[in-house]
Amino acid sequence: MTREEIIQSENLVMAKPRLMNDTTMHYCPGCSHGVVHKLIAEIIEEMGLEEKTIGVCPVGCAVFAYRYLDIDWQEAAHGRAPAVATACKRLWNDRLVFTYQGDGDLACIGACETIHALNRGEKITVIFINNAIYGMTGGQMAPTTLVGMKTSTCPYGRDPELHGYPLNITELATHLEGTAYVTRQSVHNVMAIRKAKAAIKKAFTNSMNGIGSNLVEIVSTCSTGWKKSPVEANKWMEDNMFKFYQIGDLKDVRR
Amino acid sequence: MMKKIQGAIVINEERCKGCALCVETCPFGLLQIAVRKVNTQGYPYVEQTNETDCTGCANCATVCPDACISVYRKKVL
Ligand SMILES: Cc1ncc(C[n+]2csc(CCOP(=O)(O)OP(=O)(O)O)c2C)c(N)n1
Repeated sequence: MTREEIIQSENLVMAKPRLMNDTTMHYCPGCSHGVVHKLIAEIIEEMGLEEKTIGVCPVGCAVFAYRYLDIDWQEAAHGRAPAVATACKRLWNDRLVFTYQGDGDLACIGACETIHALNRGEKITVIFINNAIYGMTGGQMAPTTLVGMKTSTCPYGRDPELHGYPLNITELATHLEGTAYVTRQSVHNVMAIRKAKAAIKKAFTNSMNGIGSNLVEIVSTCSTGWKKSPVEANKWMEDNMFKFYQIGDLKDVRR
Repeated sequence: MMKKIQGAIVINEERCKGCALCVETCPFGLLQIAVRKVNTQGYPYVEQTNETDCTGCANCATVCPDACISVYRKKVL
């Protein structure tokens, strides 16, 4: 069989999702943001919600997410995405509303909005990309930075005496009455990506069915900020991040 | 034994940033980062070194953060 015979539309098994446009993404090589964008595009398409989805962009590397996926987007001020999403969902109850936030955005400047929106049980999904640093601004320490982890603002490693302890906001969210589904996933290999996709789909389904607020944390890499190659960054994440940020479902009220 | 499934991939070299996650993921080691070739973004990009052994498992496309790989798969009768 020739290559031309295989490359026919009826044999296509995977390609760039239809909702992802041709604009090349500004993310660094190997960035987890791209994989999660792809999953979101695939899920929205599978759920047939192309015309009914509103995403809320953060401030951080994902600030330009609206340039890459052909759905409705709203840009929020730093950390305020869950507040904006609350308004969108309350005004357009039939829409799928989700926020897409980094750890600096969600766990630091936006910790208040995040906790209150989740506690109120807003019918939204919060997608939380946790790379343990401020990626966009140069790899500074974030609330999520691991103890001992070196960043540009703690070059000798995070010291709890001086910098306090990492904030496990996903764990915290499980104790809030308003949350329906809280999970922690990663996208570092094929199995993990499949599981992360199922998790995001479940969260989106809950949001559409008006079941609580949903938080999907994706433990991610930032190879530029961590000063590693994408392959090394994945390895480092498996060895270090997963000890503190354990993968799996933390809360599921429907189980 | 005759191989039952034949795959093929098409790489969008212009979107590729040469992160090499697909190179690491391919179960048969059929991909590599092109040597001394860059795209208009200035990145070295990935290329397939062996077309006949591809089964179209789509692992490369699944891990690709920039959605540069299209995967085709056909059953050989
Ligand atoms: C009010 C305000 N304060 C600070 C900044 C600077 N700033 C831009 S992005 C960012 C950090 C984002 O980090 P994170 O949310 O972890 O996302 P990442 O870039 O890692 O994806 C900061 C502090 C800003 N834009 N606005």
